[in-house]
Order: sequence, then structure tokens, then C-alpha cells
Amino acid sequence: MTSPSNPLILSLNSLKSRGFDLQFHLADDPKIALQRYGQYLYDALILFSPTIERFGGSIDAAAILDFVDSGHDLIVAADSNASDLIREIATECGVDFDEDPAAVVVDHSGYAVSATEGDHTLIASDDFIKSDVILGSKKIEAPVLFQGIGHSLNPTNSLVLKVLSASPSAFSANPKSKLTSPPSLTGTSISLVSVIQARNNARILISGSLSLFSNRFFTSGVQKAGSPTKHEKSGNEQFLNELSKWIFHERGHLKAVHVQHHKVGEANEPAIYRINDNLEYSVEVYEWSGTTWEPYVADDVQVQFYMMSPYVLKTLSTDGKGHYFTSFKVPDVYGVFQFKVEYEKLGYTSLSLSKQIPVRPFRHNEYERFIPAAYPYYGAAFSMMAGFFIFTAVHLYSKCITFLPASVGLTI
Amino acid sequence: MAASEALNGTTTTSIRHAFGNVLAFFILLMIGVLAFSIRLFSVIKYESVIHEFDPYFNYRVTQFLTKNGIYDFWNWFDDRTWYPLGRVIGGTVYPGLTLTAGTLWRILNSINIPLSVETVCVFTAPIFSAFASWATYLLTKEVKGVGAGLTAAVLLAMVPSYISRSVAGSYDNEAVAIFALIFTFYLYIKTLNTGSLFYATLNSIAYFYMVCSWGGYTFIINLIPMHVLLCIVTGRYSSRLYIAYAPLVVLGTLLAALVPVVGFNAVMTSEHFASFLVFIIIHVVALVHYIKGILSPKMFKVAVALVVSVGLAVCCAMVAVLIALVASSPTKGWSGRSLSLLDPTYASKYIPIIASVSEHQPPTWPSYFMDINVLAFLVPAGIIACFSPLSDASSFVILYIVTSVYFSGVMVRLMLVLAPAACILSGIALSQAFDVFTRSIKLQLPSLSGHSHVDAGETSSESVVPNDLAKTDKSEDTSKDRTSKKSKKKEKEHVEKPPSKSLIKKRLLVLPLETSIIAIILLVLLGAFYVVHSVWAAAEAYSAPSIVLTSHSHDGIHVFDDFREAYAWLSHNTEIDDKVASWWDYGYQTTAMANRTVIVDNNTWNNTHIATVGTAMSSPEKAAWEIFHSLDVKYVLVVFGGLVGYPSDDINKFLWMVRIGGGVFPHIKEPDYLRDGQYRIDSMATPTMLNSLMYKLSYYRFVETDGKAFDRVRQTEIGKKHFKLTHFEEVFTTHHWMVRIYKLKPPKNRIRGKIKKSKFKASSKSASKRKGLKRNPF
Repeated sequence: MTSPSNPLILSLNSLKSRGFDLQFHLADDPKIALQRYGQYLYDALILFSPTIERFGGSIDAAAILDFVDSGHDLIVAADSNASDLIREIATECGVDFDEDPAAVVVDHSGYAVSATEGDHTLIASDDFIKSDVILGSKKIEAPVLFQGIGHSLNPTNSLVLKVLSASPSAFSANPKSKLTSPPSLTGTSISLVSVIQARNNARILISGSLSLFSNRFFTSGVQKAGSPTKHEKSGNEQFLNELSKWIFHERGHLKAVHVQHHKVGEANEPAIYRINDNLEYSVEVYEWSGTTWEPYVADDVQVQFYMMSPYVLKTLSTDGKGHYFTSFKVPDVYGVFQFKVEYEKLGYTSLSLSKQIPVRPFRHNEYERFIPAAYPYYGAAFSMMAGFFIFTAVHLYSKCITFLPASVGLTI
Repeated sequence: MAASEALNGTTTTSIRHAFGNVLAFFILLMIGVLAFSIRLFSVIKYESVIHEFDPYFNYRVTQFLTKNGIYDFWNWFDDRTWYPLGRVIGGTVYPGLTLTAGTLWRILNSINIPLSVETVCVFTAPIFSAFASWATYLLTKEVKGVGAGLTAAVLLAMVPSYISRSVAGSYDNEAVAIFALIFTFYLYIKTLNTGSLFYATLNSIAYFYMVCSWGGYTFIINLIPMHVLLCIVTGRYSSRLYIAYAPLVVLGTLLAALVPVVGFNAVMTSEHFASFLVFIIIHVVALVHYIKGILSPKMFKVAVALVVSVGLAVCCAMVAVLIALVASSPTKGWSGRSLSLLDPTYASKYIPIIASVSEHQPPTWPSYFMDINVLAFLVPAGIIACFSPLSDASSFVILYIVTSVYFSGVMVRLMLVLAPAACILSGIALSQAFDVFTRSIKLQLPSLSGHSHVDAGETSSESVVPNDLAKTDKSEDTSKDRTSKKSKKKEKEHVEKPPSKSLIKKRLLVLPLETSIIAIILLVLLGAFYVVHSVWAAAEAYSAPSIVLTSHSHDGIHVFDDFREAYAWLSHNTEIDDKVASWWDYGYQTTAMANRTVIVDNNTWNNTHIATVGTAMSSPEKAAWEIFHSLDVKYVLVVFGGLVGYPSDDINKFLWMVRIGGGVFPHIKEPDYLRDGQYRIDSMATPTMLNSLMYKLSYYRFVETDGKAFDRVRQTEIGKKHFKLTHFEEVFTTHHWMVRIYKLKPPKNRIRGKIKKSKFKASSKSASKRKGLKRNPF
């Protein structure tokens, strides 16, 4: 949702050239809606209205958050004087903007050199996250121009990532007033651009600067203060193009298919395993390249055989074509187990597979018939039988034994 | 004439015996019908449905058996209970009941009577109560004759204690086990009386059936050795005693070891050591008797002195070793339930899971009147009757009543074992009493006539004499009892002996006529009172299924069908693999009726698992959620009786959740939930109580019912009325709020930041925003 005059056309043209179908609406248009009859109309939402107090139509903060919780992506551009509505949406996603509405990021060392010596609020930042998945494999050479509000992230929140951070000398304050107390946000803890991947793998971009997306910043040259290098063009276009590819799942999106398990030597999936069975487990993992599904190559995909705790934890072998497999022995414990694959890697969508399978004990006719340690007792029992038989035969049929009369004994 | 008279007497006697046998047969048949029909109130008043909790598991196992056969039943590993542990059903269940019902079902279907499995299960208990009354007849007949047998059988058919566990629909182990118990005792007594090895073998087979049916078989394998020891000590040893006991121990133990749930326990646990010890003793006594028969008295004394000195040394050594072995195990080799029988305080001290079952509590005195009624007064008379004369069989019955009285005093469930003993002794007492009174009446009437005859000598009443004689002749002709013979003999004696002596003897042998008549009337009234009480107990006290509850009001009966409503909801609205957490009382019903996987159920074999659920129920919402989430629980079911006044709800069971959970997880402390030593849910309740999951799930939105949240069971308004659930979501509450089902909320898709929503800064922010708007018009 943008205004009619379009200083952001370069950003949007990039999306259009990648095949996206764009719709433009004013933020307060009373006819706008995210869903109709329970069906969502869009795959993603871009909010370029940092000062909006109330959206038009049926859209409010809750509707936007439901949009994300239903698996759709979101880009939010905040700026100085951001409205409570925008701040609330950002906070719900895990991003806390500076509560001072007049505050902006100031950096007296890392500002961008410009013709007019200003208040050093035009930041040139090249402190990117180290992730090829999120920002692409090509290095971004030129700094990114940023002018706007900063925010902080909760270190205990594992869903949110800092993509572009401020330099150690930056701080958040009102540049027109005198500082009477230390700023609440300082140094590298200030995040300029953050991304969130929700538990359902929906992706959200929170930017503290609307100008970041502007034509002016895209086409402007940049020179960082104190640096002899002067770049003809800022890194904004490359940065945002690569980042939007990640946001819109053109990169870093995994899927797992063809989950199979069976006994070694068999092809069918059994309804139940027995303790000490040997089984094989396999899964195929693919990565979306933007146009096709490509085999995902990694050496750290693991499978758990889990019942209240993992009894078996094995790293899956791979053939380099997306097929991951392993074999192991069912533990000597019966119960209801689960094959679990919990794969979480920076920048990739999470894989969480779970397949329940019971494990039964031996049937009454599956126990070992003879126990080797008991052979002495078998020998004792059978030798007793044989001895009794021999004794009986000898006693009944032998003619060698003579019994003396009792009187003879008495006589002696 | 003498020969013809003898023939006539023999014919009359045989005819009389035949008639008596036919009559006894018909009486037994009617006793069976009575035993069956008195237990049908539940089917008539409600419907043909399985009762309580445990019977639902037995029903489910029977269904599996009839579908899959006996070997799959034996090897059945059930993955729908005790998630994620599962349960080996075949190795942990007493198969007698299910095999019996499965066999009945198969027989009926093979002759084209297409009864459903549930119908067979519902009526198995009434059928076997008829069998039990017939077994009681056989047992008591061996002790004291046919009359006592019939009386004992009719008493057992109606004894309320046995009715409570054998009404139609109470498909539990006791349904067939009581029959097996009595039948085993009958065969033991039969073998003891006859010395027949055939009956000894049948005795072992009956014992095997008992072992298959119920864990109470240990009562048999301890009572019979006690009786054998008693016979030996009182000098009543005989070869018949040996034949009755030795095959039972050997064959019985071998057969018991075949039952998977018993297995090697048949030779390893202390419950069976007494039988082995007495087995040794009886062999020693047999050897002594044998040697005594072949040695001279002098040689015998020498041998005794020698053997006793050596034997004592060996016995001391063996006993020392045995005591050391038993002492090494923590429970001395006894199972938990046996320890709670021997030490009534054991359960409450060490294992709260055993103490939490209401059937395992000691009975109160009214329980005896409720469960055995007038038999409590007749039993002492029966004991006295058994002493005159004392025989092997009657001493067994005395021992049976003494031991069962003790055990019934420890655990109320074992009133069930006391009931047959009480019926047998009461039957003996009643039968003896009726014999004495009826004999007195029969003897009195001819004696009065005879007396008049004696007076005939006087000339003053000469005109009356012929009439009296005529009456006497008529009575002699009409009566065909043995009494007529006795009266004839007495007349002869009268002729032979002086009149004064015969008169004195008559007075001593018989009770007065009026006293006998009154006594019979009182006994009949006593029996009538017993019948009234038994029918009332069967109709009102024990016929309720407890799956369907009723209350009576001025406009009729109101039915509460909330349990089945809840199980139907689970069956239709949840996925087949969803896990349902509840207290273990409802586990069997959930698996049987809703067909859903449960975490714990009524087979309380894993204390830690039950403690985990108890801890979750006792914990605050977040901690409880984490416990249930780690168990893959999706739904939580609680039973709440506060709206309609159902007292067996989960709040009333909450103390056991705290104790069982706290017994395994020390961070749950019972004092945290108590105020002045009581569990309270009103405004004086502790914060731990008000924040516990059980409180929240029971009373969520309860204030909406009447605005005051008045709990009809606890008779008070609850403490915290308005609260929200953060980690659970109500998905279903039954019509009378008796069953409430909640769903675990999934983890939040996003993690919120630290900034809280603030309304106080709105004005200043809006002011600055206005400035901003002016600065940036786009």
C-alpha cells in the first residue's frame, strides 16, 4: 500500500521482473481486504505506510498478524514518527522500536558523506549478517544507505535475526535536542533491518527506514565517512533484491517428501516393529531454487527414534541427490516410538517430521528356545532322566544280584 | 409278613430319596434363576450397558479376543494406552474372564445365536452367580448335608456383597472368580472326604481356573495350607488329607506358572511360600506315620530323637538362608497389595496410589450390615454348629470364616470373599435350627395323642378313647416321614418300660411345641427381612451403571448421560491418533468408548507415569502445558460435578493427584494446597490451589452458570471466579458440565517483543504524530 507518487518504483519493478503480480492500494482505502469468504487473496503483504494510524476496510493489526499466522509473508517499513499501529505489529513480531517517537539512528563516525554536512543521520552501513542463504552468495560491496529509526531484539528470541546492524558508534536519539540521559539503544545492539521466520515458516521483514527502499537511495552514490572508497551506486538495490528473494521463499525453502521406513530386506512399511528389529529409514529433501526443486545437499540431517527421549540419534547418510537414509537396530524397549527429524538451520525453513510407530515385545513363540547359559541344567535334567531309566532297566531285568536269606545273616 | 414289611420299607425309602433328589434339583434350578434375575435390575432400569471403569477394559479385551483369536490376544501389545509406554495386555491381564466370555460368545454363535460381544459380557456375571450358588450348594452339602447346602445356596444367590460385584454389566474379574473360588473349595473338601485322586485332579484344574481369573487366588493357596496344618496339629492327619493337598500344590503351582500374568511369581513371591512349607511338613508327617507303622515303639522313639535333632539343625540353616534371601528384597518378596493386607498402614505410608482406590480402604461397621445383613448374626451360630461334631470339612469352614473376616476388616473389597463364607455358615445354622424346630413339632403331635391313649385306662373318659385311637391311626397312615418309625418304636418302648421313665425322656429330647412354632415364625421373618434387604440392595444400591447417572425429582427420573456425550464428542471430533490426558479413572472408558489413546488408565502399574499426570494437574498452567506437550497430549479431559452435585469428580480426587504427584516429584508439596489442613476452593484457598490446572479447568467460566459460582458438591462459592486460560482452550463441555474437554494451544507462531501495550502515552504520541504528518505530507 503506497501513495500515488511512487518514489519506490525501482524496488517494485524488481519484484515485477521476477514474476510477481502486484496490487497497489492506499493504506486507508475503505475497500481493501486481506481475505474474502475465508480465503486469503494474497501471498504476501508489503506495508509502506509508516505513519498510518488506522488501515481502511477490515484490516487492522490483528488481521495482519492472522495473515502471517496463516503462513503468508510480510514486509513492514517503519520510520521516524512511526504510528502506534506499526509499532504494535513490529512488537508482536518480536522487534522493539525505540519508544521515543522523535528518535532516529545517529552515527558520528559511520555516516554517509554527502554534499551537505548534516546531522549524521544518513547512515552508511555494511554490517551484514553472514548468511549466503539470506543475502545470496555474491558479496555486497557498497554500503547500504539508511535513514530512520532503530530497533532492538530480544536475545532469547530464536526466531528473529538481525540482518543489517548499526556500527559500534551509533546510537538512537533525537538529533535536534540535547541528550540529558544515555540513549536506550546504542552500538551494535541497534538493528536497522531485521527478519523473522515464524514457527510456521512465514517470513517477515522489519525495516526502520522507508527511504531504504527509495529510488533516491537506490541510485545514489555512497562514501562512508573515514573511508577512501567512493562507490558509484549504493548497495541498497542488491541488498533488498537478495533479501526479498529470501522473504518471498525464492531461497532457503526446504521440503521433505517420500518418508519411508521398513525392515532391512523388506519393502513394505510395517504397522508395528519388534524389539531388536533392524530397520531402514529414508527421506528426500529438496530446496526451492526459485524456479525448480533442487536436491538439498547437507551432512547434518539427523533422525531420532524417540520415546520420551531419543533412544537412537543418527545422522543420515546422503547420496548427494537429496536422498537421505540410514539403518539402525530397534532398541530393546517396547512402547510407542516416533521417527523424528527436527532440522533447523540458519536461513532455511525448518523441517519437523514425526511418524508414530509402536514397538512390541517378543511374541510367545519368538523367544530363544534354548539358552546357552542353561546347558549345564539341561544336561543335569536329561542325565537324570537317562540315569533313572537305566537304573530301572537294570533293577528289573538283571540276574546278577543275589539276595541272601535273613536267617543266614543272623547266623553269621 | 416281616419280609414283606421290609420290602415295603425299602421301597418307601428309595421313593422318598428319589423324590427328595428331584425336589432338591428343582430348588437348585430356581435358586439359579433367582441368582440370575435379581441381578437384572440394571438392565431393566437402565439398559444393557457395561458399568464402571474396569469392565470397559475387559470388554475391549474381549472384543479383541473374539476378533483376533487367542494367540494374538496373548501377544497383544496395546499402543493406545499408557502412551508412550504402551501395555502388553496378554502378559498383564488375568485372562479367565475374557476367555470365559469369549468362549460363551463363540459357543452361542456356533449354534446360530447371534449375540453381540457386549451382550455376552453384560450377562456373564449373572450367569456365573447362578453357578456360584450351585457351587455353594455342593460345598455346604459336603460339610453338613443337603439341607444346609440348599439354604446356603439361596443365601448366596441374594447376598448383597456378591450382588455388588456381579450385577448385569459389572464385567469384572470377580464375576467368574467367586464361582472359581467356591468350586475350588468344594473340590478340596470332596477330595478330603473321599480320598479320590480324580477329585484331586479336578481340584487342581479348578485352582488353575481361579488363577486365570483373579489375583485373589493367593487366598486359596494360603487358606488350604492353613487348614492342612490345622488338621496335622489337631491329630487329624490321614492319607485322604495327603491326597487332597499334595497334588494341589504340585499341579496347581505348575498350572499357575502357565498363566502369563503370574509366571514365575508362582514360585518366587512370598504369597506361595506357606504352601511349600506345609508341603514339606505334610511329607515329614507322612514319613513319620509310615515309619511309626513299621517300627516297634522302642525303635520309633530312638528314630524320632535322631531325626529331630538332625532335622532341627537343617531346618534352622534353611530358614536362616530363606530369611536372608527374603530380607534382601525391599518388600520382603510380597506384592504391594499383599503388604497392605498384612500391614493396614502400609499403603498410606508408602504407596498413595494403592491408598487412593476406595475399594482398598477398611470397611466401616455399617458395611457389614449392608453387605451381609442378617448373616452377621447367624455366623456365630454356624460356627457353633460346625463344632458339633467337628470334622475335617467343618474345621475348614471355620478357618475360612475366621481368615476372611480378618481380611475383610482390612480391605472393603474383600467383603466379597467373606460373603460366601458367611452364607455357608448361616446356611448351616439356619438348616440346623429348622431341623430342631420342625423335629420338635413333629414329635410333639403324636406324643400328645399317645398321652391321651395312656389316659384311656380311666373309666371316666371311656367314651373318648375310641376317637383318639382312630386319630392316631389316621396320622400314622398319612405321615410317611421317618418320624412315624420313631413314634412306633417309642410306642413299643412304652409297652416295654415303665411309664414314668419314658415320659421323662420325651420331655428332655424335644422343645415345647409353642416355642418351636414361634421360633420358626421368627426365623421366617428373619429370612424375609434378608430377602427384602437383598432385593432393595440389588434394585437401588448396586444397579446403577455409573456411566449413566440418575436423580429422582417430583416430575420423574432425570438422566445424566454426560460421560457418553463426552466420549461421543471425542470419537467424532478428534483424530484417531490424538492423545487424551485425564486422571486414570477414565482411562479404560476413553479407550473403549472414544477409541482414543490415553496417557494413564485404571491398570495402575506405573506409578511414575501416573505421578506425571498428577503433577501436571497440580501445576500452574504453563508448567502443566509443558508436561502435556512433552507427552504429545492434545486434549485434557476433566470431570466436574459442581453444577449438578456429582461427588466423584476430579476436584474431590485432587488430593490424590497431589499426593501421588508429590510422592515422585518433590517440588509438589501437599501443604502448599492446604489451608488449616483442608483442601479448599473458596476464597480462603491457597494461591497454589487457585492457580493449579485442575482448579482452572474445572471452574473455567463456571461463574457464568449462576453468577455466583456456587459449587454444589463443596457447598461453597469458589475463590477465583473470573480468570482466563492462557495455554488451554475449552473445546467441549457436556450438558450438565460433568465432563469438560480442553485442547492444548499450539506454541505461539511468533514471540512477542518486550514492549507492553500502553495507553497512557497515546496523547503525547498523537500530538507528535500530528507534527510528523505536517512535516511529511505524503
